[in-house]
Amino acid sequence: MPTRSNLLDERAVTRALTRMASELVEHAEGPEGLVLVGIQRRGVQLAARLAQQVEQLEGRAIPCGALDITLYRDDLQAIGPRPRIGETRIPGDLDGRTVVIVDDVLYTGRTIRAALDELADFGRPRRILLCVLVDRGGRELPIQPDIVGVTQPIARGDRVDVMVRELDGRDAVELVRE
Amino acid sequence: MTKAPALGKDLVGLEHLSAEQIRLILETAEAFKEVSERPIKKVPALRGKTIVNLFFEASTRTRTSFEFAEKRLSADTVNVASSGSSVSKGETLVDTARNLEAMRIDMVVIRHPSSGSAEFLGNRIRSNVINAGDGKHEHPTQGLLDLLTLRDKFGKLEGLKVAICGDVTHSRVARSNIWGLRKLGAQVAVCGPASLVPRDIAALGVEVIPHIDDAIRWADALNVLRLQLERMTSGFIPSLREYNRVFGVTRERLERAQKDLVVMHPGPMNRGVEIDSDVADGPFSVILPQVTNGVAVRMAVLYLLAGGGPDWQHQGGGE
Repeated sequence: MPTRSNLLDERAVTRALTRMASELVEHAEGPEGLVLVGIQRRGVQLAARLAQQVEQLEGRAIPCGALDITLYRDDLQAIGPRPRIGETRIPGDLDGRTVVIVDDVLYTGRTIRAALDELADFGRPRRILLCVLVDRGGRELPIQPDIVGVTQPIARGDRVDVMVRELDGRDAVELVRE
Repeated sequence: MTKAPALGKDLVGLEHLSAEQIRLILETAEAFKEVSERPIKKVPALRGKTIVNLFFEASTRTRTSFEFAEKRLSADTVNVASSGSSVSKGETLVDTARNLEAMRIDMVVIRHPSSGSAEFLGNRIRSNVINAGDGKHEHPTQGLLDLLTLRDKFGKLEGLKVAICGDVTHSRVARSNIWGLRKLGAQVAVCGPASLVPRDIAALGVEVIPHIDDAIRWADALNVLRLQLERMTSGFIPSLREYNRVFGVTRERLERAQKDLVVMHPGPMNRGVEIDSDVADGPFSVILPQVTNGVAVRMAVLYLLAGGGPDWQHQGGGE
């Protein structure tokens, strides 16, 4: 039987996102030219929330998009039946912008490698930052986050489930032990 | 990451696909539309795959569309046409395909004048086979792009009334449309000269409407088939002028119906025969969106087939 335990509850997720939003603006040296891009699926909702928070802090709208990296995966030839592809929506030109990649969990880094390749096909940002709600360790590529909600090394074989209100009815981060 | 249901090894026709599989292709195509709008219209999904476009009949639209789809997925492609190839020296279809396969290819897109040729080939080679039109049988990717275009326009296909007009008997486009539309819950009628409508067509769950004006009054969308001019000499219709007068989709006819219709045509068009220029270039026409959707649908099929089927990792195809 898999066991579930809480890493972050509803309030902790909200607190983390609030802090991440201000760190994000600080890191990017202001909101000018800032673009948030969430990775399908739950990165998309997290990006929208962060954009909203930044908007409240800075009083200006932050463009926010979605990126599906399926077609850029390095294991596509080996996984058999194809994954469904989600929406990719890049808000405007990325040239010269500061693009923030937002994802729920950072693990091997392969998703972010794919996202970097895909973003390069949309333009040449001045800078790309990485923002994740959970860094669970276990990197297989030299990729590190700039802004993190919670850092928690988690054993291979265990799973981190991120739930967001928009899709799952509640905000939570749970550790699942198989 | 939710896995999609596999599509199988080949795409021979829509007859043997389930509604769920057809919906999967349409949804995947929806995602691929965006790729063709990017500044760099290319994704690495089929990198390292080799695809042969084997065309035994003339084609501009379908062949170009497949080629764009393949290239936008980063596959390597080779075009083989029957003229100027060893086919014209009398080589059989299977021998041609087996020789190509010996060069380590992954997929074959085939157009051939004989009905059943795509399935025949699929059963004899290990590569994925995609039917790009086989005789009078099916043209599944055309059927799929028609479904996608209708879905774009109406939001859903359930309950939609589609009239397929013209030379139904000789049309693989008609057959693929009928299978696809029926499976997704649309109502289908055919309208054309009695000599060009198969007598047993009702068995496919299709209504026959003899008069074009009645078909226009009944339908939400018309799919106007190309009148294959070579049929003229075989005595199926008396003259092109008469065909246009009795069955041509004209602006006057559409205006008389006093409603918004969607008009499709698989191309190439005979302007002034089955469709008037006023209609083809008019506000009801979705003929060019059909062509745009064709690339997205073919990308979806290539992407899904490359990952499906029990034999998907044959001959070192998976890196």
